[in-house]
Amino acid sequence: MGLREPEEIQQQIVRETFHLVLKRDDNICNFLEGGSLIGGSDYKLIYRHYATLYFVFCVDSSESELGILDLIQVFVETLDKCFENVCELDLIFHMDKVHYILQEVVMGGMVLETNMNEIVAQMEAQNRLEKSEGGLSAAPARAVSAVKNINLPEIPRNINIGDLNIKVPNLSQFV
Amino acid sequence: MLVPSLKVQDLIEEIRGAKTQAQEREVIQKECAHIRASFRDGDPLHRHRQLAKLLYVHMLGYPAHFGQMECLKLIASPRFTDKRVGYLGAMLLLDERQDAHLLITNSIKNDLSQGTQAVQGLALCTLSTMGSAEMCRDLATEVEKLLLQPSPYVRKKAVLTAVHMIRKVPELSTIFLPPCAQLLHERHHGILLGTITLIMELCERSPAALKHFRKVVPQLVQILRTLLTTGYSTEHSISGVSDPFLQVQILRLLRILGRNHEESSETMNDLLAQVATNTDTSRNAGNAVLFETVLTILDIRSAAGLRVLAVNILGRFLLNSDKNIRYVALTSLLRLVQSDHSAVQRHRPTVVECLQEPDTSLSRRALELSLALVNSSNVRAMTQELQGFLQSCPTDLRADCASGILLAAERYAPTKRWHIDTILRVLTTAGAHVRDDAVANLTQLIGGAQELHAYSVRRLYCALAEDISQQPLVQVAAWCIGEYGDLLLEGSCEEIEPLQVEEEEVLALLERVLQSHMSLPATRGYALTALMKLSTRLRGDNNRIRQVVSIYGSCLDVELQQRAVEYDTLFRKYDHMRAAILEKMPLVERGGPQVDEEAKESKEEARLLEAAPVPTEPQASKLLDLLDLLDGPSEDAQHPRPLDPSPGGALVHLLDLPCAPPPAAPIPNLKVFEREGLQLSLSFVRPPETPALLLITVTATNTSGGDVTHFICQAAVPKVCKGFGGGLGTPEEATE
Repeated sequence: MGLREPEEIQQQIVRETFHLVLKRDDNICNFLEGGSLIGGSDYKLIYRHYATLYFVFCVDSSESELGILDLIQVFVETLDKCFENVCELDLIFHMDKVHYILQEVVMGGMVLETNMNEIVAQMEAQNRLEKSEGGLSAAPARAVSAVKNINLPEIPRNINIGDLNIKVPNLSQFV
Repeated sequence: MLVPSLKVQDLIEEIRGAKTQAQEREVIQKECAHIRASFRDGDPLHRHRQLAKLLYVHMLGYPAHFGQMECLKLIASPRFTDKRVGYLGAMLLLDERQDAHLLITNSIKNDLSQGTQAVQGLALCTLSTMGSAEMCRDLATEVEKLLLQPSPYVRKKAVLTAVHMIRKVPELSTIFLPPCAQLLHERHHGILLGTITLIMELCERSPAALKHFRKVVPQLVQILRTLLTTGYSTEHSISGVSDPFLQVQILRLLRILGRNHEESSETMNDLLAQVATNTDTSRNAGNAVLFETVLTILDIRSAAGLRVLAVNILGRFLLNSDKNIRYVALTSLLRLVQSDHSAVQRHRPTVVECLQEPDTSLSRRALELSLALVNSSNVRAMTQELQGFLQSCPTDLRADCASGILLAAERYAPTKRWHIDTILRVLTTAGAHVRDDAVANLTQLIGGAQELHAYSVRRLYCALAEDISQQPLVQVAAWCIGEYGDLLLEGSCEEIEPLQVEEEEVLALLERVLQSHMSLPATRGYALTALMKLSTRLRGDNNRIRQVVSIYGSCLDVELQQRAVEYDTLFRKYDHMRAAILEKMPLVERGGPQVDEEAKESKEEARLLEAAPVPTEPQASKLLDLLDLLDGPSEDAQHPRPLDPSPGGALVHLLDLPCAPPPAAPIPNLKVFEREGLQLSLSFVRPPETPALLLITVTATNTSGGDVTHFICQAAVPKVCKGFGGGLGTPEEATE
């Protein structure tokens, strides 16, 4: 209820959950009574296995267990739509985006929205907002590298026009 | 020129490139140093990127507290990019334990009132995740305003934020209750979902709110009906069911509103029947809705026919091949076992089958349910099944299973013999997992069943001969053999086949227990005492026993050594008393922590008290000192007082001494001062009505020939007794 666990406990919970879930066969139920670190007996872990990933939700008795299974599916499908065929690397390299998407599905520990189209539309709008705000520092990497690689013609060092000698200063490298 | 900072993705690449934990730490520490420097320099352009990197590192478990203030700065920035990361940082790094968290209240207030939709959404999300009570109080009116704003995106978030605020500050319920009625008219599913959650929270907190919201039952019924008949709408349907999440929430709320309320229950009856019969159960979503319906039917005052339908649906689910369905069915049946016991009993065979599940989550549920289903008519059959389960179940369930069986046996045992057999079987199968009081319970049980002494001792002897590793079993068996060894040797017993046991065999077995490295010290104690008792039960000579006892007189274990020495002394010097001391135990009253274990040892303990008063005395005299302080000033708080062993030595338990006040023993008079004919003595009296009070009389006597003048008597009182200073009386002159 708004109180985080200290970092070490958080990591311990993550590790314990990982071990508990990894032990599960594929043809048994998706519900696990929580480990010793997660709250009291009111909490359980509900998980779903997709390829190499496990999505684990920790819930209390006020949630419908079967409903959470569907909720995980909604979340994963939303990730898929937002990332276009999401894969593990997408989640690793864009962990902030994963948070933003999750914030549209679950808020304050309660289910907020389950309509995938709405969530995706909202995410796209917010991403556009971010892009439009970007200054030079947020310029697309491609643009920067394109300018870097422009083939500037050779600038002669000395231009001889009859008697005049014009020395051309050394221009610094474009960084 | 400044080296441009790493982009987030580049950092992640670097971290993933590290081949060892130490390398990873190095990369991260280097980057954190850069980030810290950047924060110090206050570079506003890249701040959001630095924080994003910090949050990634934090997710891996590294400290990130130095980013907390940066979150504040980013939240206060006008750019959406900054706010997004800043709010995320606040949610991940701040909570009410950090002082910094209050500082974002103002930013949130501004964003809530003036921000764009997206910004308002961010602020609401943060508030509902980490908002402390003070923050909630400050921002309640802002959130309330947003409940009626035109944008459904903001409204749905505002509603859920309201739920969080009520949880933190229950008084805010008064603000958020009135808008609910209007919000229920919304068509937007997100808002409806949030509103129903809000109403549930309000109802759970206040019976007045519950009564108030019963009015909306017809409206809820209507919403649910519309959902069911809308048909296929791509927007909210999950595998063909229209918005199962919303359906489930409505059903929950209906459950809360209909509980113990005839009228509401009636209103929803038809709808529940409709959902129960028409929901498509081929996919998970439909099953979720159906389950919720079943639970609601069983929780409200529903018609009898509907109840039967509900329990049957649960029974059907128990047979479903989908493990998840069976899990939820078992959980639901467990909830019903109190209220609809006979209905659940009908499914007992299926439940028992589920014990065989390889899936531990399922078998655990099945175990709980099976134990709850045991009653006097099925106890034999159920115990049989549970014993079977105990033999093969996973280790983490053994303790629960064993104690469950023992408890059920205690409640419903048809005969004492069956009871003893059951406990025996549990001890043999899972001895290491039973609770500590199982030994005491069994000895109590056996002791009280006189007709079964011969039977018990025989069975225990056989069990012990087979296996001396299960400690509780060994302890009980040793005790029994000691007590009833004569019955063991008699040879015949109607209940089981005749067993011919030689004296030497019995002694050998007990010696094996004594010597085994598997035996705990307590177990050894039992065995030694049993051997001793046999010295009076057996007909042969006692040389073997005497030998063993004298060997253990030099055992390293102090407890065992003490016993052995005492028993040895019993043989050598007090042989005439031996038979009396070692005769059969009387049955001790059951109850409290003083059970057979102590009663059985009480004779030895009385000796312990006499033999070694020193270790117990300082404890007791400290206690008496405490009592003195309460009584009043006393000069002799420092004088040590001897501890009288309590008169009825037999049943004094070592455990009692620190807790209960020692029995009041009369304290002899003390002569405290004698010089040049002046004698001072103290006498002590405890008035019987107030045993906590100690009256001390100082008597001054002049035995010299002459007068004593200017006699002043002053009492020194420890600081603690300052309050009791009064009542000493004025110094008096005494002349004689």
